[in-house]
Amino acid sequence: MTDTTYDHSARSDSLLDVSELTVFHGQLCAVDQVSFHVNAGEVLAIIGANGAGKSTLLRTIAGLHKPSSGRISYKGEEISKLAAHRRVRKGISLVPEGRRLFASLSLEENLQVGAQNAAPGPFNIGYVYDLFDWMHERRNQKVRQFSGGEQQAVAIARALVANPQVLLLDEVSLGLAPIVIERIYEFIPNIVTQGIGVVLVEQDVTQGLQVATRVHCLLEGRTSLVGTPQELSPSAIERAYFGSDVTHGPAAQEGHV
Amino acid sequence: MSWVNALVQGAMIGGFYALFACGLSLMFGVMKVINLAHGDMAVVAGYTAVFLAPKLHVAGVWSFIVVVPLFALVGYVLQRTLLQKSIDRDPFTTLLVTFGLSVVIENLLLQIYSANGQSVNIGSLISKSWQVSSTLYISYVSLVVLAVAVLMLGALQLFLSKTGTGRQIRAVSDDREAAQLCGANYRHLFGVAAAIAFGTVALAGISFGIMTQFAPTSGGVNLLFAFETVVIGGIGSVWGTLIGGILLGMAQQIGAHINPAYQILAGNALFLLVLAVRPQGLFGKKTALS
Repeated sequence: MTDTTYDHSARSDSLLDVSELTVFHGQLCAVDQVSFHVNAGEVLAIIGANGAGKSTLLRTIAGLHKPSSGRISYKGEEISKLAAHRRVRKGISLVPEGRRLFASLSLEENLQVGAQNAAPGPFNIGYVYDLFDWMHERRNQKVRQFSGGEQQAVAIARALVANPQVLLLDEVSLGLAPIVIERIYEFIPNIVTQGIGVVLVEQDVTQGLQVATRVHCLLEGRTSLVGTPQELSPSAIERAYFGSDVTHGPAAQEGHV
Repeated sequence: MSWVNALVQGAMIGGFYALFACGLSLMFGVMKVINLAHGDMAVVAGYTAVFLAPKLHVAGVWSFIVVVPLFALVGYVLQRTLLQKSIDRDPFTTLLVTFGLSVVIENLLLQIYSANGQSVNIGSLISKSWQVSSTLYISYVSLVVLAVAVLMLGALQLFLSKTGTGRQIRAVSDDREAAQLCGANYRHLFGVAAAIAFGTVALAGISFGIMTQFAPTSGGVNLLFAFETVVIGGIGSVWGTLIGGILLGMAQQIGAHINPAYQILAGNALFLLVLAVRPQGLFGKKTALS
């Protein structure tokens, strides 16, 4: 294992600060003592295999799950007990896995619902119409007619118009063609320059490493690796991702179930 | 001409069914609560109009000015307390809770007001009617009730489609969790939906008291008609509810025209036919069932 210690020095000015967060799904410990922080302008990629606890972690930050212990702080304020809708109004938005658009509403109505309880800030419906240029023309169509990539863009736009300072992206590339994924990810550098912190969850490691300024790998709910994409070697990531040195055959798997 | 009469009278009563059913449809559509006490709420509204409103020096038909806002408030409070608690447990609990409410309400009404029939007094208007032709009369009362139903449903449709709160209610009904992630307080929105449902059912209860008599146990049969209206029209469609009510009313009147004993049977037959051929209702979406 490489470095798994937590850098406490960055705490003071960080936007989002998660410390020793533990979340249970019934009996199962989905997230175990995970700590990290996100500063303005940073993109933190949380990678890990299926069931590593990535989505649970994001959903807990958004307020959809209750942590059993640990703290979530936003701009220095403890928010672990705040209801999900109040966190949105403070500036934390989650783009949920599977897009979760309002199927019976039009594109514009989806955005209007997103903007209704927006925090003050630079983004509004006009801004996302500029960001995704096809949207304005199709604003009155029902979103269920849209392609997967278009729906994902609407889901991101719906979160953006709430003016988040921390944007949580859960598996935005899932089920999309590589060319579409590239276009979806194009917006990230754009919004990060506005001082937003981004936490993204990806199963697709390559994609996560491309946009990330820092990487946090989870294995069975625990932190297995942290670092910047530049300093982490592919083999270290592989070990952290799968939990064993798969390149060296069965002998290396001793001690693992 | 008497067939025409049956259809016209059916359409008139259909407005009442729609008024009665729209709250049931709204509560099921938004928070997936089947309110088995819905019919009893209408009856309570009727009793409130007859016995309580005169004490506030409003009587007869004008009692709705007091009763409808009062019921909207009751709906909001009941949703934020008892109903929300049962939703948080599981869907089956809401059925048990509303069924229990229904039993409690019926027995309380029997205890307090006896089983005697009551009606809302509107004076001489009750017997007046508009003669369309030599065999076709339309009573002013049923005309007014139909007009109230159309206005009410129109206002509800406008509210849901044009206002921010209405849009949020539709969003919550599509995907509760995603709506929370957009900053919507779903508990409050459930309360607003319940307030609308209780307000409209109060209006329906008073209308019922104007058209005919009600007793403590009148809620049950009206709840059945409301269910049939919603199933025929389709969940989640405001105008579908109106069409559903009108079709149910027409079917009942046609049945009654053939043989007075067939009135309710014909309505049930139409209900079963729609359920068999188009389970999502005439104007409903298939996704509402999944």
